[in-house]
Amino acid sequence: MISHRVTLLTLALVFGGAVLLAVLNQFTPPGSALHVPPYVIALVGKYLCFAMLALAVDLVWGFGGILPLGHAAFFALGGYAMGMYLMRQIGTRGVYGNAMLPDFMVFLGWKALPWYWSGFEWFAFAALMVVLVPAVLALVFGWLAFRSRVTGVYLSIITQALTYALLLAFFRNDMGFGGNNGLTDFKDIVGFPVQADPTRASLLVLSALFLCGQFLLARFVVMSRFGKVLIAVRDTESRTRFLGYRPESYKLVVWVLSAIMAGIGGALYVPQVGIINPSEFSPANSIEAVIWVAVGGRGTLSGAILGAVLVNFGKTWFTSALPELWLFALGALFIGVTLLLPEGVMGLFRARAAKPGTAPEAEAAPAKGMVT
Amino acid sequence: MTEADTLLYLDGVTVSFDGFRALNGLSLVLEEGEMRAVIGPNGAGKTTMMDVITGKTRPDTGSVIYQAGTDLTKLDEPAIAALGIGRKFQKPTVFEPQTVWDNLLLALAGDRRPKFSLWARESAAERARIEQILETVRLPEQRHRRAGDLSHGQKQWLEIGMLLAQEPRLLLVDEPVAGMTDAETEQTAELLREINLTRAVVVVEHDMAFVRALGVKVTVLHEGSVLSEGSIDHVSEDPRVIEVYLGR
Repeated sequence: MISHRVTLLTLALVFGGAVLLAVLNQFTPPGSALHVPPYVIALVGKYLCFAMLALAVDLVWGFGGILPLGHAAFFALGGYAMGMYLMRQIGTRGVYGNAMLPDFMVFLGWKALPWYWSGFEWFAFAALMVVLVPAVLALVFGWLAFRSRVTGVYLSIITQALTYALLLAFFRNDMGFGGNNGLTDFKDIVGFPVQADPTRASLLVLSALFLCGQFLLARFVVMSRFGKVLIAVRDTESRTRFLGYRPESYKLVVWVLSAIMAGIGGALYVPQVGIINPSEFSPANSIEAVIWVAVGGRGTLSGAILGAVLVNFGKTWFTSALPELWLFALGALFIGVTLLLPEGVMGLFRARAAKPGTAPEAEAAPAKGMVT
Repeated sequence: MTEADTLLYLDGVTVSFDGFRALNGLSLVLEEGEMRAVIGPNGAGKTTMMDVITGKTRPDTGSVIYQAGTDLTKLDEPAIAALGIGRKFQKPTVFEPQTVWDNLLLALAGDRRPKFSLWARESAAERARIEQILETVRLPEQRHRRAGDLSHGQKQWLEIGMLLAQEPRLLLVDEPVAGMTDAETEQTAELLREINLTRAVVVVEHDMAFVRALGVKVTVLHEGSVLSEGSIDHVSEDPRVIEVYLGR
């Protein structure tokens, strides 16, 4: 149901595109017509991180039937884990020159590093936390929710509440994550200056690599027998129970995997944008991620990547050209896609590719899915 | 009848929904390998009985003993399915966007855990079994079609095929011929008799001609308990049955 051609095209566009931009940025002189300015590199890197979030949303929504309205929480947690590492790398180069404490802690008059900051001076530890923190939260949340058979709108609302609760918590200075300013003023990542062009170009290529890896992993999962069960659970959950499957364990596996994917996206996002603050937890971010997937085509994986890049490109353009109209445009886009393109942009391609007289290959994104 | 021959024993099962007694002290014995038809007017408790046996509904009182040892009222749906009880719903319930083949593959008896299904490859034995079931349910030509594109009758058969793939000891079939043509009804009766050669079957049905065609022991339910039991001729002559059901 996900053709090899589309898969190869997706991989080629993502990775090839990122490498091409990075090369044009690094190896052409700034005056040349072919030169890609650094801000484009940072922007595209950001889009690719959002695409990882979109992929994570598509996995649970498109294939598991769980509409997540709080997935940006996992993205932000991964981002905070990376941010904590980057903060510890600043060392004495901060405004207060404190080797141990980040600036905001000195400002708050703290004397020692809170226990949960220990270990973040090591990249390997931080990388582990990028995976572990979203995974554990998703495991606990999913175990409670799926075991109690919370589904549909109720589940969506709880996910929204989860990210909102985290938003409020991270706003508090007492939490020790920099309050509403968040974590910023980063200097180095694994020894390289985070603001330097070669570092940014490398981060872009790295993001593309991770995105391709996640895409292949997600594709493997949905095309395995596990994926078939998952789709069956999405469409007719009670039937799978009478066949002897436990839908809650299938949902839990895919939910945790999806949280990890989002977390990795967040971790790559933070060094490229240079800041992580509580606004990343805001419910609107999670809803936007759902719109990306709807625009690209729910249940297609490639569509999630396409949607994330397209909508964010639109956002970049709109917010500089007509900033006050962006939210209206986004709303109109969502309504338009829901009414006219229930299968998103990928649905357009699919309709064109289908031979006349035969039904589309797979109606992986039934229109009813938009509301469930 | 000895205890060893008893496959399923419902003992005084009562289920109430908001004060309405869907089942009222229902007791029923099903023997190993038996085919039983269950009839009764709307609201007699037929579907609720299936819900209790398959673990969807937990009874207020009473027990459901399977194979003389397991009380099904203590288990949930997947656990009961794993014990070998399959269920066909009134409305055909198949996995619509997936192919006929995949529907059967998902139903095949085997490991149901995610860690197995993530790595599972279709084995030769599985393929052979699916081919065999496709023949039995008369759908070999439809294997690559989406289940959602099948006709109503074909969906019913696919669902019966999925039940067979589960390798159950006991099949619960809810109104298998509702909405079928006469020819399909006849073929379905034949199919159920074929299945009954190796497994016990409980058929809930409204269609009296179909029940007569099956030619098996009939249990008549009324207001949540057994009104009459015996051959179709016996129960259709029972004055109480005539009054509540057949006489209408």
